[in-house]
Amino acid sequence: MVTILSEVEEHAVSAVDGLWLTAGDAERVTGWTLKPEGMCRDDACVPLPSDMTRDGQVDVAAFWQRLGNPVLHDDTRQTWMLGIGADARNDALADLQAPDFTLPDLDGAPHTLSALRGRKVFLTTWASW
Amino acid sequence: MVVAVAEDSRGAEQARQWIEQAKPTYWSLIDADHRVADLYGMVNVPQAVWIDEAGRIVRPAETAGSTDHFRRMDLTTRTMTPEDQAARLAARKTYLDAVRDWVLTGKHALAADTARDKQPRITPDIALAHAHFRLGTWLRRHGKDDEAVRHLGEASRLHPDSWNMWRQAADLAAVGNAGGPEFWARVKALGDRPYYPPPDLPGFGR
Repeated sequence: MVTILSEVEEHAVSAVDGLWLTAGDAERVTGWTLKPEGMCRDDACVPLPSDMTRDGQVDVAAFWQRLGNPVLHDDTRQTWMLGIGADARNDALADLQAPDFTLPDLDGAPHTLSALRGRKVFLTTWASW
Repeated sequence: MVVAVAEDSRGAEQARQWIEQAKPTYWSLIDADHRVADLYGMVNVPQAVWIDEAGRIVRPAETAGSTDHFRRMDLTTRTMTPEDQAARLAARKTYLDAVRDWVLTGKHALAADTARDKQPRITPDIALAHAHFRLGTWLRRHGKDDEAVRHLGEASRLHPDSWNMWRQAADLAAVGNAGGPEFWARVKALGDRPYYPPPDLPGFGR
């Protein structure tokens, strides 16, 4: 089993030869589904080169990088980080729609920014350090 | 509505004393992975984003009331001159008044094109830095300190403009490091560049 950190989640999945996952695990971790035309999400499909899939498995690290996103792993290749690339970040910023997030308060209760739609929000940061 | 986010990879316990003192009636959230900084392109605290009723950004990330007067403080006594202290407080008041004006009247909200132009530009190195930062803080939470330090260091190297990354990494090495001699050397190395770039609002001399 390896641990995969995606943008907000943490998954424990079986992987071989780096980050080859079953199509089902690949979908669970990335949100993209393996289909004959490639990897698909909503209406979009990205062709998958033949060396990124075999026997119903997907090389998720290679696929993720193909999307323009960073992929990192720890020294033992037991923990992987699927990051978000600059293009996706810049597209979201140019759109001006406030990127949504859910974060806990001191008691661990989750709060989601978009729940405040209809009110002005002063989103500010600080730190103890 | 105020949403105050603590960019604190040590988690809620490190932030708790400050939040409990403030007795907030607004949302006070803990952002151990610096996710908000990643999403909004923030590089320091305090930085703020103004979001309108439709959920649109009307002022991208900018310094929220702090100034560079601290750079002139006497480091032995840790005090600023009365003039600098007064100027610092005046700047904070000017900023908070601008926030209030916006809430009450909509003043200072930027047109979409202007807001878009002012959004931070995320480079591939910055995106990679955030991935290293998240992996580093995860490894640290799981007891792999040496490896974590390498990823946090790489994050800071890839995104040298991020004081959040540098100071948080220093603080994770030892509480207090984030404001130690290395911090002051790094601030001095800015030269004429600001530590807290003033916001593009009336009264900030831009």
